[in-house]
Amino acid sequence: MYIYDEIDQRLIDDRVRQFRDQTRRYLAGELSEDDFRPLRLQNGLYVQRHAPMLRVAIPYGLLSSKQLRKLAHIARTYDRGYGHFSTRQNIQFNWPTLESVPDILEELATVQMHAIQTSGNCVRNFTSDQFAGVAADEIIDPRPYAEIMRQWFTFHPEFAYLPRKFKMALNGATHDRAAIYVHDIGIELVPGDNGQVLANVIVGGGLGRTPIIGSMIKKGLPWQDLLTYCDAVLRVYNRFGRRDNKYKARIKILVKALGPETFADMVEEEWKYLKDGPGRITQEEFDRVNAYFQPRDYEQFSGNDAGFEQQKTENPAFARWVSRNVHPHKRAGYASVTLSLKGVGFAPGDATDAQMDAVADLADKYSYGEIRVSHEQNLILADVRQSDLFAVWEAAKANKVANPNIGMLTNMIACPGGDFCSLANAKSIPIAEGIAQRFDNLDYLFDIGELDLNISGCMNSCGHHHIGHIGILGVDKNGSEWYQISLGGNQGTDPLGTKASLGKVIGPSFAQDEVPDVIEKIIKVYLDLRQDDERFIDSVQRLGIEPFKERVYAKAN
Amino acid sequence: MPKLIKNGQILDDTSVILTDSEGNEVHEDGDAIVPLACWLDERHHLKARHTSVGVLLEGDAEPSELKDDLDYLKLIAINFPSFVDGRGYSIARLLRERYGFKGELRAVGDIQRDQLYYLARCGFDSFVIPDGRDAEAALASFNDFSDSYQATVDRPVPLFRRRK
Repeated sequence: MYIYDEIDQRLIDDRVRQFRDQTRRYLAGELSEDDFRPLRLQNGLYVQRHAPMLRVAIPYGLLSSKQLRKLAHIARTYDRGYGHFSTRQNIQFNWPTLESVPDILEELATVQMHAIQTSGNCVRNFTSDQFAGVAADEIIDPRPYAEIMRQWFTFHPEFAYLPRKFKMALNGATHDRAAIYVHDIGIELVPGDNGQVLANVIVGGGLGRTPIIGSMIKKGLPWQDLLTYCDAVLRVYNRFGRRDNKYKARIKILVKALGPETFADMVEEEWKYLKDGPGRITQEEFDRVNAYFQPRDYEQFSGNDAGFEQQKTENPAFARWVSRNVHPHKRAGYASVTLSLKGVGFAPGDATDAQMDAVADLADKYSYGEIRVSHEQNLILADVRQSDLFAVWEAAKANKVANPNIGMLTNMIACPGGDFCSLANAKSIPIAEGIAQRFDNLDYLFDIGELDLNISGCMNSCGHHHIGHIGILGVDKNGSEWYQISLGGNQGTDPLGTKASLGKVIGPSFAQDEVPDVIEKIIKVYLDLRQDDERFIDSVQRLGIEPFKERVYAKAN
Repeated sequence: MPKLIKNGQILDDTSVILTDSEGNEVHEDGDAIVPLACWLDERHHLKARHTSVGVLLEGDAEPSELKDDLDYLKLIAINFPSFVDGRGYSIARLLRERYGFKGELRAVGDIQRDQLYYLARCGFDSFVIPDGRDAEAALASFNDFSDSYQATVDRPVPLFRRRK
């Protein structure tokens, strides 16, 4: 992964010093609450229901074992012994004190981490494919581009006070694991005719109150132009995005109001003046950054490991875990492993300090000391030898991160919800817990097969409910918490070619204790009506929501 | 009185914003500034005055409207109605980088020290600090960061082209 040089390090140290002084001025009464808010937000600090929440950036989901141990240390020292991995590949601490945040940032800076622009109306942490560089279906490794773009948006002087937050994602594989059609800017890297790397640029996607699938406004942009083109997009947005109403301030509203063609023309006009300027990425810079993302010194294997094949035959539980949590790797004899942070008894995406330390140890022992965080809120070991998988599984079980549920119903995405978040209308965690308990029978879960279930505690959609095959949204009705169910969302082009889509609401909402029953009814309809090995999402797309709606709202006779 | 930070010095801000070119007293040694609409309507009259005037742009201004006046104008002020309204940063860069404005570019409105580093990178070279804010302490914020990753007005070569 990328290692800071002296300048990168100095800049984050500068930021710690700046924020320490801002905090001091706030506590001394020199800076008002209103004036401090945008400053603390640009350092990932929210004031939440119980305490401040600090969101630490994990750029495009990459972590070293040393960094993960530091996060464990912070959870232990400044928090209550756990952290929450978020849907944007960040980690959130829910219980630090405001006064301790400068110290936490200083500790993070010692391992090249920070909370810069993880919140606020600025360009946020960049997200990408958690299997970048190792996935069997990858065409172009997005990591060097992601790092170059990370540096470009960090402390960008022109775009620190945008109309609203700005989220970007980058994907270079056939399976869109970065959900690029539901970001403010989504970038798809594709090969050009002569092997040159090109980018397709999608703008104006997003979830929230007004979910929209983004529009491709530029096809085949040479990679050298990524920064200047994004400068042009951001400049048009910064000048013309609405600032009078925060619910209409995202770029998707501007793109929709102007129409994607007009928006693209305005960007093109702006870009004309920037494209040949000094912001054009040089080959030297690409080579400098790309040197940090070279393939590992893998051992040469000719095919699958024989011992691993035998372990699968002998141990059905191991085989089951492999079928869900182990993913194909570019290199023969290697695999990527997802350690599940989804199970009964804890919130989706939560990890304790001990689990973080244990995963860091596993990474050191089996995966070159590196960990990835997925937007599905799990941890990944990207480069594991097949012959080590059994040992990894045993260790994962011992640390309760071996739930074999990746890609299935209980691998739920959920925001922290009303238990923590001051924006939420309703709780998410007890809903996730209720569903996890209901679907804890693995045979049943495997029979249901691939299914994304996403839960958000409010319209801000941090739990990505719009793009869950089943989406659950917490709503407030006369002061009590209700849950609206939608079907047929999809996060992005998947291996079978199903494209990104937004779910449709099936009807009136439900009370918390009804939700597991409703989900079960929906699953029964699917099991009754599926054809052959049709997946849930494909059944919903073929059948529409009607049969599900009918069963869910049928009067009991 | 609000303070004007210019060339690292703290001065009293004596500028007067005129709403039209007639009937307003112009402070002897102060800057007179007129809104863009007024400038566009009356620029012939205004150019005839013996004291030069500056132009005030709001966040929705189109800077290209001034492109033929930039040789004449010595001062353009850009208003930040609120600290979190970032339109002025883009307008400043356009004036400097696209239209080549060489005169004084002044940030006015809800200006506070935590914006100064970014404002300076976008081409502002004078800053009005409103009453009640400490202009002296604000000077330190010009050095909040020791470098910038991006191409900026004051340093057009981005960091990636300067790394060894």
